[in-house]
Amino acid sequence: MDERIERDFLAAAPAVDFCALRLVGETSEQLTVRQNVAEPPRLSIDGGAMVTLIERGGLGYAATSDLSPAGLRDALERARRYAQLGGGRSVVDYSGIAMPRPQGRYASTVHDDIGGLSLADRYALLTDVSRATKVDARIVDWDASLWHTRSEQRYLTADGARAEQHFDYLVSSISATAHADGQTQSRSSAGRYNGFCQQGGLQVLDHAHFRDDGARVADEALQLLAAPNCPSGRMDVLLMPDQMMLQIHESIGHPLELDRILGDERNFAGTSFVTSEMFGSYRYGSPLLDVTFDPDRAEQFASYAFDDDGSPAQREYIIRAGLLLRPLGGAISQARAGLPGVANSRACSWNRPPIDRMANLNIEPGEAALQDMIASIELGVMMRTNSSWSIDDSRNKFQFGCEYGRMIRDGQLAEVVKNPNYRGISATFWRSLAMVGDRTTFEVMGTPFCGKGEPAQVIRVGHASPACKFVDVDVFGGEA
Amino acid sequence: MQTYFNELADHMQSLTRGGEVTTAWLAAEQSDFVRFNKSALRQAMNVRQIAVTLGLIADGRRIELRSSLSGDAAPDKARLAAMFGRLRDELPQVPPDPYLLIASEVNATEHRVVSTLPDPGQVIERVLAAGKGRDLVGLYAAGPIMRGFANSLGQRNWHEVASFELGWSFYHRADKAVKSSYAGTVWNDAVFDAKVTLAAEQLARLAEPAKSLQPGRYRAYFTPTAMNEFLGALAWGGFGTKLQRTRQSALMRLHDGAVTLSPAITCFENVADAMAPSFQADGFVKPPRVMLIERGVAVDTLTSPRTAREYGIASNAANAEEMPDSLELAPGSLAMDDALAALDCGLYIGNLWYLNYSDRQACRLTGMTRFASFWVENGRIVAPLQVMRFDDSIYRIFGANLLALTCEQELVPDGDTYEARSTRSVRTPGALVSDFALTL
Repeated sequence: MDERIERDFLAAAPAVDFCALRLVGETSEQLTVRQNVAEPPRLSIDGGAMVTLIERGGLGYAATSDLSPAGLRDALERARRYAQLGGGRSVVDYSGIAMPRPQGRYASTVHDDIGGLSLADRYALLTDVSRATKVDARIVDWDASLWHTRSEQRYLTADGARAEQHFDYLVSSISATAHADGQTQSRSSAGRYNGFCQQGGLQVLDHAHFRDDGARVADEALQLLAAPNCPSGRMDVLLMPDQMMLQIHESIGHPLELDRILGDERNFAGTSFVTSEMFGSYRYGSPLLDVTFDPDRAEQFASYAFDDDGSPAQREYIIRAGLLLRPLGGAISQARAGLPGVANSRACSWNRPPIDRMANLNIEPGEAALQDMIASIELGVMMRTNSSWSIDDSRNKFQFGCEYGRMIRDGQLAEVVKNPNYRGISATFWRSLAMVGDRTTFEVMGTPFCGKGEPAQVIRVGHASPACKFVDVDVFGGEA
Repeated sequence: MQTYFNELADHMQSLTRGGEVTTAWLAAEQSDFVRFNKSALRQAMNVRQIAVTLGLIADGRRIELRSSLSGDAAPDKARLAAMFGRLRDELPQVPPDPYLLIASEVNATEHRVVSTLPDPGQVIERVLAAGKGRDLVGLYAAGPIMRGFANSLGQRNWHEVASFELGWSFYHRADKAVKSSYAGTVWNDAVFDAKVTLAAEQLARLAEPAKSLQPGRYRAYFTPTAMNEFLGALAWGGFGTKLQRTRQSALMRLHDGAVTLSPAITCFENVADAMAPSFQADGFVKPPRVMLIERGVAVDTLTSPRTAREYGIASNAANAEEMPDSLELAPGSLAMDDALAALDCGLYIGNLWYLNYSDRQACRLTGMTRFASFWVENGRIVAPLQVMRFDDSIYRIFGANLLALTCEQELVPDGDTYEARSTRSVRTPGALVSDFALTL
């Protein structure tokens, strides 16, 4: 069918400055077993196309789930109408931008396709994990879930470019809520928003220790029930990868997205404290901070060969030794800003146009062993797993909370604490990075739920990080 | 589109076998989206999307499959048949569902607001004219939104509204901006011009040197737009029965009776006046009103059919997420025109941003001030505010610290466009509070 659609598009594409078709077909299955009871499966087959058309300086898009020849012709006409409306009154002369002409193919590396397990077997696995999570009468709610998506995407231009990409995404999650004596505490395997998400097959579950992690999750929820609140004061924090991914995402990723810097997002997602002049000279963090845009890590959630404007993706240092080098901006933003960027012009599906998204954004491992990091802290908190996040619209003043804290006193791990929170300012926080964990502390994680854009889009991003130590941070706990 | 959906529904009914119940939920829209930045076009598009979610229930089991459709009845009926084939193949592998509740009463409803929306080209002209000489950024979203439900028992429900929403900001510089919106079903140039004039007046105030505040407790007035952010946060985990029963609700202490809010707080799901459909995805028709908090005391929660069956209680036809679609906070007695005078000295907060729970048990929220927020002295605006972080409990803000609610309410449509244009809304007054905690 896709070949027929390609032929129809090529036959109908008008003679304009640029015309492209992005076809997306996605099948997904979401399974949850809650309190040992299977919830009905949620299955989806989604397909549609987005036409991109540039004519006389204007840019128009049209999306349709009608992939018939008439549906495609209609989409082309609608996109052309908008391109014509935008000619001479757009933020840039789109006809002057050299749009990429990709050629190539990408496919996720899949070992042990999850389809090798029958639906009944997938439910049986989830039921086993659910049962293992109910370790105590005080566990009052618990669930285990799997979410598999297969996405097939084709991008072609009217003048012969063609790229094809196949993705297999797998997301697993376990959560447990403990309650006693008026107190409630929840714990999850990697955050309520699915930190264990990768490309691949059943190997993704091995990475997440999915089959045997339920008891640990529930036990830590019970520990939190008995724990005191995190103390308040200035102290060191040791952030583990499932909190670091949020820290990277909110206070490096978003402020460096070039469309925010160019102002596109100011009416909704916000602006950035970073300005175009800072690239190449601004000290974003301590000399220990190395940040990469890395689309090449096979298992990571947002790896790909081409972005959704067709730019070939390659690994780039965004920050090296603390120095800010380049923004996260795709071909159109690069042309508008006159800055180098990366291949991160991405759309969540066929019904939304590409915008600058962070994709895989990672902190490179350092040299510190976890034990040495703990030993170096006289008073501090080790924090795991994000539970709360809030940051201003310039991506500067932030406050983040975690599910699980552990005091560090005189270089030793001490008592568990609940409701650990910390706050800071991006522009200075990364300069307090004092130690970066080695490869043994490094985890490849991500989230399926990064929201941004007008119209809004939720997209997959990947974040890999070692454990990191920050000094002199404003820490506090809860009231309860 | 309604005729097309009815044709699909009849076909679904004809495909249903003995012992089966089948359901169909349709979500469709034909939307224009025009993005502006720097008073110019950034991205402009038209999106036509149709998706149906088919449900198959048999032998105490249930399975659902969502699929995009073309909008052409002939191929889409063939698609439906193929979907049922897959559902029947997979259903025996799905464990029985003890919490299955089917809408067995046939309740047909129809709501149509078909209006003549302006041509996008005309709107672009108007918006670019308003942005001339200014830095305008925003989004125009418009077109018909359709929701339909049908089941093999013969129920048919239809909801269709053609509407527009223009959300835009005038920027002074950096993060200093005035945000405005204009939404409705019929575009009126005079109404839009008045909103532009009002926004331009506020923009002029942002040119004044901004005031930086120290963390501490301040008297504050929240506009309805800012109140919408508080209510939106509460809607996210405060009003659902499942979270209440599993002791995870953000309003747990209120539900337990351990705390009360101010007697001025009366809050309910107002389906009767909603922009959202009066039926939910399983075909249950919602009651006109569900009282959630009355005079500061928790009264009821939103119960989905599944939760109702799980806990052996009555459903009030809540959606699966048990979130309100049309939350309303009852008005108070303070005239909005008197709000600055009543505030006297403190914060006029036009917008809040990025709220999240910092301590769910204590219903403590953190978030930021945003857009046109000002420092007020002697009942007069004297300076724009540098953005500030707050961290405070709803039990304080709308408890002992609540001084007044305005007698005027505003309808705040949910501008969310994730996957599809939202039909949610909030109707709320403004609020005057004391001792609001700023932390950073």
